[in-house]
Amino acid sequence: MEKTLNGSDKPAATVKKASWKASILRGSLFALAVIVFAYGFKVTRVSFDQINSPSRQESLTRVLRAIAKPDLVEYEEIETEVGLSVVIPCRDGVPSTAPADPEQPYIVMTPPCADPRSVVTLEGVNFKPFSSGPIFFIPPSEVKLKMGDFETDESGSFKVEAKLPPRPDTAMQRIIAVTRVNVGSPHLTQTAFATWEKIIETVFLALLATAFGIIFAIPVSFFAAQNLMRDITIPMSSLALSVLGWPVGMYLGGAVAGWVRTQSERLIGNPLLTLAGLAVSLVVIWLAGRWAFPAEEEERRPSLALRIGRIAAMLVAAIMTIFFLYLLADIAVVAGDLLEDALGSFGYLGAFVSSLGEILHLLVALIAALVGGAAVSGMFGRLGTLLYRSLPGKWIFVANLVLGAAAGAMIASLLAAGLNWLYEFNDSTKVFSLFILIGAGLGALTAVLTRKRDAIPIGIVIYNITRTVLNVLRAIEALIWVIIFVVWVGIGPFAGVLALTLHTIASLGKLYSEQVESIMPGPLEAVKATGATRLQTIVYAVIPQIVPPYISFTIYRWDINVRMSTIIGFAGGGGIGFLLFQNINLLNYRAASAQMFAIAVVVALMDYFSAWLRNKVV
Amino acid sequence: MLQVRNLTKIYEGGVLALDNVSFEVPTGQFTAVIGLSGSGKSTLLRCINRLIEPTTGQVIWNGEDITSLSEDEMRRVRRKIGMVFQHFNLVHRSSVLTNVLAGRLGYINPTWSLLNRFPKKDIEKAMQQLNRVGIADKADQRADELSGGQQQRVGIARAIMQDPEMILADEPVASLDPVLAHSIMQYLELFNREDGVTVLCSLHFLDLVHRYAQRVIALNEGQLVFDGTPVEIDDNRFREIYGKDAERVG
Repeated sequence: MEKTLNGSDKPAATVKKASWKASILRGSLFALAVIVFAYGFKVTRVSFDQINSPSRQESLTRVLRAIAKPDLVEYEEIETEVGLSVVIPCRDGVPSTAPADPEQPYIVMTPPCADPRSVVTLEGVNFKPFSSGPIFFIPPSEVKLKMGDFETDESGSFKVEAKLPPRPDTAMQRIIAVTRVNVGSPHLTQTAFATWEKIIETVFLALLATAFGIIFAIPVSFFAAQNLMRDITIPMSSLALSVLGWPVGMYLGGAVAGWVRTQSERLIGNPLLTLAGLAVSLVVIWLAGRWAFPAEEEERRPSLALRIGRIAAMLVAAIMTIFFLYLLADIAVVAGDLLEDALGSFGYLGAFVSSLGEILHLLVALIAALVGGAAVSGMFGRLGTLLYRSLPGKWIFVANLVLGAAAGAMIASLLAAGLNWLYEFNDSTKVFSLFILIGAGLGALTAVLTRKRDAIPIGIVIYNITRTVLNVLRAIEALIWVIIFVVWVGIGPFAGVLALTLHTIASLGKLYSEQVESIMPGPLEAVKATGATRLQTIVYAVIPQIVPPYISFTIYRWDINVRMSTIIGFAGGGGIGFLLFQNINLLNYRAASAQMFAIAVVVALMDYFSAWLRNKVV
Repeated sequence: MLQVRNLTKIYEGGVLALDNVSFEVPTGQFTAVIGLSGSGKSTLLRCINRLIEPTTGQVIWNGEDITSLSEDEMRRVRRKIGMVFQHFNLVHRSSVLTNVLAGRLGYINPTWSLLNRFPKKDIEKAMQQLNRVGIADKADQRADELSGGQQQRVGIARAIMQDPEMILADEPVASLDPVLAHSIMQYLELFNREDGVTVLCSLHFLDLVHRYAQRVIALNEGQLVFDGTPVEIDDNRFREIYGKDAERVG
């Protein structure tokens, strides 16, 4: 009641008070802003003296004029020399300096003879109007000494004061004015050709970096998507055994690949045998694969014998696949080399096939090790699940403890090996034992902390690790990565490709994963409800939903990569930036200008092209 | 026979969605689940095929306790339980045929399906099912080009592709107009009668319950408050299920 009675003047008072407070607030905010900007001026050294200084302005004008005239086209030039014989110093018997033909261009020196170092006036008549060129002094040694430049007026005459060089001689000496005249039609300069070559290199550098980036970013993006990883949990025993399974499987995979490689090498050198080997291994892979992976799963679990048989068939198929890949790599290298010689100017196609073969050759062992690791880890994991389901509670705890300690020790020893390689410890045994002890302790602690029947949310752990790695990689610019890659693979576009690829993986991985996180959960649920596996759910419910945003982001990234690749050459990463950097350092602004124009044109074109493509595809 | 015993689900954050629910559904019965929005109908259906993990309690189906199965074993059970959703949950950018074929994913070998290869007989079967629900001519269209009623028919065809012994339908007609609602319910009735599929279907409208269900169970705030035949729901029962202030519509 009181409030309503006093209501008439109280609100007015509060309004006044508020506005008074607000103006103080505003005033101090303004003062703060002034201080911030003043400090900003100080640290960034904003200086208008420099802007107004005449010498700076002169340099700026020079540079801007050079930039406005990109070194792209030039004319064929004809040099004509107009000469004058002089004697220095003066002596008797000076020849007449009168022009032979008063209609032709000629030069007159006033006075007609002079001492060395004295200033004379040179006058030229009948030259081409508005032409220019240098004036040289030519002693008997024929080494040109520059005296100055001339510029003719509209009547084709000039008048220049110049100093004679300190070259007294008894013989006749000459002064010449050289005029350069453009003839014929314009043609592209050397700089234009070099720029063209480098801009092509730049566009393809960006293309390759984007393509390689996508290959890695797509699988990584699934690991960095919370909605896919959230529900993945695994019993402790299973997790520990799968961790232990990785190195075992990788070793086995690598060993098998090595053995297959020595077998495949016996066929090299005989193209017919190699081709036959390719065909046979394909057939074996197909047959074994068809048998090991039936089109429909049985209603009941198959018998043990059948399952063992299928695993054996899978092994055969895997070994034959390695064999096939090695042969394919070998044949690609041989065929590529042949093609390179045979195709002439398209020889790079052959070189491409050949390097693909070499890359495949390198990758087979790695892939075999990874597949082996995944397979053995999966098998061990199943064993762990079996333990978890069949052992009584107390024994599970013991198993978790032992396996957890072993897995922790293994991870820690790998970590220690990495650190040892980096820091080259003096007492590596001590470091290793310390790490293994700590790792085992942490593993056992995890086993104690997760109660017997609890599952470990491994999905979220992997998600967080992936996110962290992506964030760190993304925080470091490609321009910095290129420095490391230049050390590794040398200066050139390949280092640029690798640096941009790394940055592309990190940023596309993040962008992609955010798209995965924003898909509709309904279809995911529906496909899961049909009894699909996790991988099937991704293929049938996730991938169809993410295709349009993935394409859109990929085009966008290519766009960014083209822009990045124009400057990656500054750090030695190839592309047009290398040329630009060089020309800027040599103060060759007309050439630098040509490259700047090329970059502007390419980036603008890429922009239109990617907008068009996005409209078409998405 | 489906037996649900003392099923309780507490979500993270402490929301009690199901509170000690127990009931049995004999094979081949058409059972409706009713209750207000948020009463736990969706949670109940999803706990049965473990799209949501129940906190405690058991779901026993054909004598097997499916709450204790491993993920791999659960897949084998899930493929025998079809599911139909309120918002159809089709993959929009895939073709109708692919959406229906997705119902076979639990049966075919994972390795081949990753390459989008389905056995010929599955493709024939998918076309048959599309024929049965009357949209065989739409097989090659994108799923999002279809109308709501057509999309739900694709959803039903997908569930039927699983050769299910049970269908869980989570408010299958709540996004459709009354005419379409009846046509969709008739398909569920058809599969219930012709193929002997057990149907557990949550519904909002009592006229649909009276028309199609042989039995009704009702949930209120996660508790089972009614279990009987549709005709037993008189005004008193109705208030017990839907609250004192509720009025009957339809």
